[in-house]
Amino acid sequence: MIFLRLFWEFFKTGLFAVGGGLATLPFLYDISTRTGWYTQAQLADMIAVSESTPGAIGVNMATYVGFTTAGIPGAVVATLGLVCPSIIIIILIARVLKQFRNNKTVDAAFYGLRACSIALIASAGLLVARITFLNPGALQLEGAAAVLKGLLNWKAVALAAVLLAATRGIKPLKKLHPIVFIAASAVIGILFSF
Amino acid sequence: MKLLTLFLSFAKVGVMTFGGGYAMIPILEREIVDKHGWASSEELMDYYAVGQCTPGVIAVNTATFIGYKVGGGVGGVVATMGVIFPSLIIIMLIAGILTNFAEIPAVKSAFSAIRVCVCVLIFNSVLKLWKGAIKDKAAVVLFAIVFGISLFFDVSPIVFVVFCAAAGIILTRTGVRGK
Repeated sequence: MIFLRLFWEFFKTGLFAVGGGLATLPFLYDISTRTGWYTQAQLADMIAVSESTPGAIGVNMATYVGFTTAGIPGAVVATLGLVCPSIIIIILIARVLKQFRNNKTVDAAFYGLRACSIALIASAGLLVARITFLNPGALQLEGAAAVLKGLLNWKAVALAAVLLAATRGIKPLKKLHPIVFIAASAVIGILFSF
Repeated sequence: MKLLTLFLSFAKVGVMTFGGGYAMIPILEREIVDKHGWASSEELMDYYAVGQCTPGVIAVNTATFIGYKVGGGVGGVVATMGVIFPSLIIIMLIAGILTNFAEIPAVKSAFSAIRVCVCVLIFNSVLKLWKGAIKDKAAVVLFAIVFGISLFFDVSPIVFVVFCAAAGIILTRTGVRGK
């Protein structure tokens, strides 16, 4: 029964992959070698698509693998399998937290955790920024001027400057929904072939 | 009615998130904190921290958390279904029709530019969150430790989360917090 097996494989992935969507990758490689549902080359394509479409990467991967393996019902079953452990575990934790919300120790732990969350978001952002703005290949070039010119992705820097000014400096634009800036960037990217 | 709003809001978050869990923060801030007031910025950070060290996709964990807060267990399920719904539709369309989607030059260009935008939005979110949550020297030090180590070493987020929770308790008990 392919659907039951799909659900079970993704349930296990959802249960054991800790730390976000990319943490599911080792599990997906493992499923590929054990079941032969899809090849590793297909998996590489699926990763590329999952990263260049909206939505959580882990969820996108599960949908894609499920669809490749068993069509539309496969996609639904695999995705539900992936999120099932999260729903169960988080609801249990949320219940406990609700009871201990006013507990001093829990409050103290969260005081530390908030700094941790912000730091993790900042470092994830900076890692994306590094691949977005820098071309490490330019370090091989001859001459300081050529290195400086090639090292930074100047189109990206210019767009970032415009976006920063728009989202922080210009009053009527500041209030716009983030998706407006994302959509505008997509159009600019196509027009100026980023 | 509340459940429908919950589903639609999270479907919106799902469709507007480009590039994984951390890219969701600016959108969640707007939809969940500013627009519906379902959670405060601080609660969002709490959920995000717990979502990092519990199994599963962070976006799903955060959605379940907020959904539970708004509408109990059913709310948790509905919010999660909302956040995964756009993925199901979009991925199936692409897998079924546009098999070479990620190779299309226009798609590549669009996503290179979207990445720039996501960086800027995350930068803005970090500044906003910093103002709300980092209020004393001890918190700045915790931030610096996690930020510095996570940039240069491949350490599991679980380690940071456990460390910071323990540090939070110790700093509070010893009276360092708030100075």
